[in-house]
Amino acid sequence: MTPRHQRPDADDRGRAKMLNRADLTRRLAKKLVSGEAVVGGIGNTNFDLWAAGQRPQNFYMLGSMGLAVPIGLGVALAQPDRRVFALEGDGSLLMQLGVLGTVAAVQQKNLVIIVFDNGMFQITGSQRTLTSYASDLVAIARGAGLLQSFWAADESEFDKLIDRTLREEGPWFVAAKIDGKPAEGTTERNAAKIRDRFMEGIAPAARSA
Amino acid sequence: MPQVDEAGSSSESWSNIAVKVFKAHNIRLVTYVPDKVLAPLISQVSSDEFFTVICPAREDEAVGIVTGAYMGGLRGIVLMQTSGFATIPNALASLAVPCQIPLLMMISERGTLGDFQLGQAMVCRTMRPVLEALGIEHYGITHRRDAEFMMDNMIKQAYLTRAPAAMILSPLLTHAASVS
Repeated sequence: MTPRHQRPDADDRGRAKMLNRADLTRRLAKKLVSGEAVVGGIGNTNFDLWAAGQRPQNFYMLGSMGLAVPIGLGVALAQPDRRVFALEGDGSLLMQLGVLGTVAAVQQKNLVIIVFDNGMFQITGSQRTLTSYASDLVAIARGAGLLQSFWAADESEFDKLIDRTLREEGPWFVAAKIDGKPAEGTTERNAAKIRDRFMEGIAPAARSA
Repeated sequence: MPQVDEAGSSSESWSNIAVKVFKAHNIRLVTYVPDKVLAPLISQVSSDEFFTVICPAREDEAVGIVTGAYMGGLRGIVLMQTSGFATIPNALASLAVPCQIPLLMMISERGTLGDFQLGQAMVCRTMRPVLEALGIEHYGITHRRDAEFMMDNMIKQAYLTRAPAAMILSPLLTHAASVS
């Protein structure tokens, strides 16, 4: 960031502690005890979701960069009684900012968007993303109409925010500033198998009976 | 049954036929990025409580939403125009096709048979080659008398074979040539 790159009013991103994606993903996974669905975005977001434990309610999106939130919205629409988490990286979300407006328009109560922001396209060689200059994803989300949008100031606040998203109606948008450490695993690559297992994992009881 | 006149054309509008077929297949989620030709269909589904209707910012968002909904047990469709289709090949090639998602698309065919917009005309020529390259079942629907049969069977096959399908609404069906 140079002096010409001014961040929005309250620089909560600037003040947020540098967290770690694998650690936060494990913290999230530990709290998912009611069959919550998780849609993991392409790349390291997915890899750390995989490394945090392969729940049948996890969908690992292998391509279609930017579509984790739309997919999560679709799952949430189909199953309004199930909490749905969509995990994205900053580079992915920046490709599909319009979806924040879509989620705000639909006001999907059971949808939680979590963004891991390291300011870089980590998997392609750590090239800078727009958030490394002046763009603040929480400010963008709020501007898109997602009023419950927050930066996690540190690990314990991340935990508290996740607790709230599990307890209170959404839509929610939680962003965490993270480091550039590599992911702790890699997903399998069989897209049809991933889809099949996810569908079985979230099948309503009546359908699986 | 729709009335069929001597020339063999149904008197039922194409959009009525589409609504009827959607309901027969329990397709309750309609996503769209608008198009003038699709306007009557969008209007009908928007005023019908059977449907949940979402208009996202981009067509690939709609592909994601319908994909997620299908995995959760809710059937949906994406309505778009030709140029909208041109924005979604990555979502088709890296999500719908490899994940074997019966992603239903209804595309109003712009850029042909009298369309004056050069942008639409050039984009139109890319649509079928992309569908061919991805091995996605597609038909141009040109006559009302065939519309119900084609929509019904394309949708049926998409779900039974877990494959995307593109129903292309030709100006011959929608009489959309008067776009000037």
